[in-house]
Amino acid sequence: MSAFSITEPTRRQKWIAGILVALYALITVMPLVWIVMTGFKTGPDSIAYPPKVVFSPSLEGYVNLFTTQTRLTPEQIETLPPPETWYDRLVREREKTIVGPSRFGQRFLNSVVIGFGSTFLSVFLGTLAAYAFSRFKVPLKDDLLFFILSTRMMPPIAAAIPIFLMFRTLGLSDTRLGMILLYTAVNLSLAVWLLKGFIDEIPREYEEAALIDGYTRFQAFYKVVLPQAATGIASTAIFCLIFAWNEYAFAVLLTSGNAQTAPPFIPTIIGVGGLDWPAVAAGATLFLLPVMIFTIVLRKHLLRGITFGAVRK
Amino acid sequence: MADIVIRNLRKEFGDFTAVQSSSFEIRDGEFFMLLGPSGCGKTTTLRMIAGLERPTSGEIWIDGEEVSDKPAAERDIAFVFQMFALYPHMNVRKNISYPLVSQGMPRAQVRARVAEVAKILGIEDILDRPVGGLSGGDRQRVALGRAIVREPRAFMMDEPLGALDAEFRERMAEELRALHDRMKATTVYVTHDQLEAMQMGDRIVVMNHGVIEQCGPPQEIYDKPATRFVASFIGSPAMNFLPVRGAVEAGAETVAVGDGTFAVPRQNEGSRGPVSFGVRPEHVGFSDDSPCRGEVLALEYLGTTQIVTLRTPDGEIKARCAASVRLRVGETLGLTFNPATITLFDDASGRALRSTLNQGGARDG
Repeated sequence: MSAFSITEPTRRQKWIAGILVALYALITVMPLVWIVMTGFKTGPDSIAYPPKVVFSPSLEGYVNLFTTQTRLTPEQIETLPPPETWYDRLVREREKTIVGPSRFGQRFLNSVVIGFGSTFLSVFLGTLAAYAFSRFKVPLKDDLLFFILSTRMMPPIAAAIPIFLMFRTLGLSDTRLGMILLYTAVNLSLAVWLLKGFIDEIPREYEEAALIDGYTRFQAFYKVVLPQAATGIASTAIFCLIFAWNEYAFAVLLTSGNAQTAPPFIPTIIGVGGLDWPAVAAGATLFLLPVMIFTIVLRKHLLRGITFGAVRK
Repeated sequence: MADIVIRNLRKEFGDFTAVQSSSFEIRDGEFFMLLGPSGCGKTTTLRMIAGLERPTSGEIWIDGEEVSDKPAAERDIAFVFQMFALYPHMNVRKNISYPLVSQGMPRAQVRARVAEVAKILGIEDILDRPVGGLSGGDRQRVALGRAIVREPRAFMMDEPLGALDAEFRERMAEELRALHDRMKATTVYVTHDQLEAMQMGDRIVVMNHGVIEQCGPPQEIYDKPATRFVASFIGSPAMNFLPVRGAVEAGAETVAVGDGTFAVPRQNEGSRGPVSFGVRPEHVGFSDDSPCRGEVLALEYLGTTQIVTLRTPDGEIKARCAASVRLRVGETLGLTFNPATITLFDDASGRALRSTLNQGGARDG
């Protein structure tokens, strides 16, 4: 038997493979677990040395993340009415009091609106463009496709200064619309190319059958082609969302008050009253969730999307 | 149901001419075959009739109505694709009802029609199954169901048996023909398989390089080929061609081939250029006193008949004779040719010379 023969692996080989995969997963997932754990630690626990693996969990980080607080002397605390809620009590124990909500909620909402908004727009426009490129005779088709791809040949941030000036002139600086348009522009070329590949694989005969069955070209597109392209649309959407969700450089440059997203906001927590690691970790944990949920929901499609074209149906 | 008339139909893709000025007529209720090798323009012709391809020029008349500028949806025809094109995200019932739903037919009526069609095709038990797991034959039946459920004016079929394995193919060919005989629906059927065309078609158009070579009933195409291409494309093994010595005069009843002179149907047309003598394998006989000699190279046993390959000074010849005839590889035989079946071809144009055999029959397209 040569090393390349395709045979059913033995029980022992399966075990070894399983252990290796588990080990690798453990290493990859370690930082993530550490962040989630730190989010539930108290300030002193989070910087304790040697690091604490077993600790009594606290919601301090999350409370700090969502509120702004001010430090009081013990005498001042005496004068306050007794705390009304569990988080009030938690903050009082640290000789502080809550003076209002923090801006994290709003920043998180910005991220959601901008991330999902630009994803929707990229996939929507990308699907239409990809369909046109795939099915119709477009003059200079190959050149246009190359041009679309070429927009990704340098890092988008290289165009930061012109974009910054353009946004200022157009009044798009620090607006959600501006960020949605920017991320859509960056993602669109990827979306067109990915989706064109998927749509090319859908036999034309399906639409032709629908055309003969009495449907218009557009009906044939959304009743027959779209359901077939669901896999491609889902995986494209994931790629677009991950980019828009995690984008940091443009967000720092172009947003400050109104439209700031979570990535540039989370590090600013560090600057307020020393290093509040539990709050940073809590922010990072919450920030991970939407993409994680989105990916898990579309996981089935994503897997097929990645291996697409490898196996003929 | 409808008749279809094609006039001067032409299709160009850039510099490539797929179909060159074709004209033919499909009669009402006919099972009409478009036959030719791949790339001959038969599928393009079919797609133009269906409205999936816009002709560069020419006219398409369906039921007395010029439709070449109408979209496919308004032509009231059905199309069966080689890969069936069943909508993969729908089950069998939905696939079959789809054309009716698009017409806005009430639900109860759709159900009744689908049930009726399912009964005709014998697929009642799979109506609620997804199309993904169906066998080739069942897919074919569902595709047919989707075509006939609407009762269109005509059916277009693009190699509908091409995707089936040999075993199913035979059976589906019979089913298709039986279905046609029952529904009397005008059907245009594209195939590259000459046996399929002969077996199922009422009439056949043979195409090559975008040109119609011949149009007629299967027997006429087989017995009276209008061109050398048709003669070699139809029939297996193909027709034998031997060079004729000297010119052929109009009125000639014999021609010189090899060392002998052979009788042919009276020629109504002569040719000054080189001419070929065409004879089908089953019309080659053996006789010891024939001047044309051939040495047996190979024998293929086919059950009731056998194919004998012989070497003559003018090239190889295949003969078909009864399996009971005893022959040996290496022996030399005298060859005879059934005079009534001979067609002479002008080598320059490939056209069959007119004779009492094919006069009037050839090139009615």
